[in-house]
Amino acid sequence: MPDELAQLVAAARGGDRAAFEELVRATSAETYTLAFRLVGNEEDARDVVQETYLRAYKGIGKFRGDAQFSTWLYRITANCAATQLGRRKRHRHEDLADDAPLADTSPDRDPLARAEAESLRERLTEALEDLPPRLRSVIVLRDVYDLPHEAIAAELGISESAAKVRLHRARRRLRERLFPLPGEEAEAHAM
Amino acid sequence: MQCEQLTDLLAAAGGETQMLDPEGRGHIEGCLRCQAELAQYRKLLKALQTLRTDLLTPAPGLVTDVLLRLEQRGERKAVKSILQGRKAAYVTGIAAASLAAGGAAAIVYSRRKFRVAG
Repeated sequence: MPDELAQLVAAARGGDRAAFEELVRATSAETYTLAFRLVGNEEDARDVVQETYLRAYKGIGKFRGDAQFSTWLYRITANCAATQLGRRKRHRHEDLADDAPLADTSPDRDPLARAEAESLRERLTEALEDLPPRLRSVIVLRDVYDLPHEAIAAELGISESAAKVRLHRARRRLRERLFPLPGEEAEAHAM
Repeated sequence: MQCEQLTDLLAAAGGETQMLDPEGRGHIEGCLRCQAELAQYRKLLKALQTLRTDLLTPAPGLVTDVLLRLEQRGERKAVKSILQGRKAAYVTGIAAASLAAGGAAAIVYSRRKFRVAG
């Protein structure tokens, strides 16, 4: 954790609200990105972000600092997103996600490699959005944000073995869609 | 071992052959299809990891909304604590008044009893 962030976390744990507000400013883009990837649309992602910071504010005094602050925040975001997805399932039909603009923060590379990587990222983002939320949540938290299976299971309210099964299914679906082997093309296009 | 048997294990391993048993590793060494599948899982995981640094830009106003809600929550908490403080003061006041009234009644009663006896 960068020093500046660590200082803000320490101050916020001591009850300094201005420090917490600075933390919100410093981490909001990352929290929003994770929320968007989990829920798949802007409106729900905004609600998730708001709820995440309210819960974080309430619980910051209990944050022990043995995990990274970002990991702690990812877990809260995952939990809030799971609640939001459950709510959406009960009250709304699935709505379609808009294409959100991506800010490229990767280092400069040669134009061809960069274009290829960009194209792969776009196809991957699209494929992720098309996954069912229960599969998408697990693969995003594990393979993008590196959360352990145990934490994923706890925040999504499922068993660890269920989390692993979902992860394998999600990886397989993405692999089949993005890099189909001979004989898999027809299935991938039908997905 | 058949390729179909290895498919789930390859997805679980996510490109890491160390997670496979010797039989699985032996199969991969001699099977071009499984080698290709393994390579694709590696590519997929690498691509997924790059998404972490691809930050989406929220619509303007999100941070302001969050800070506003935090402020409202802070104000509500402050009001609640003031009300709780007042409630405690009322209860203490009522308790003190009751105690005083009880004491006075006891004194009056004991004096009366004393006079009657005298």
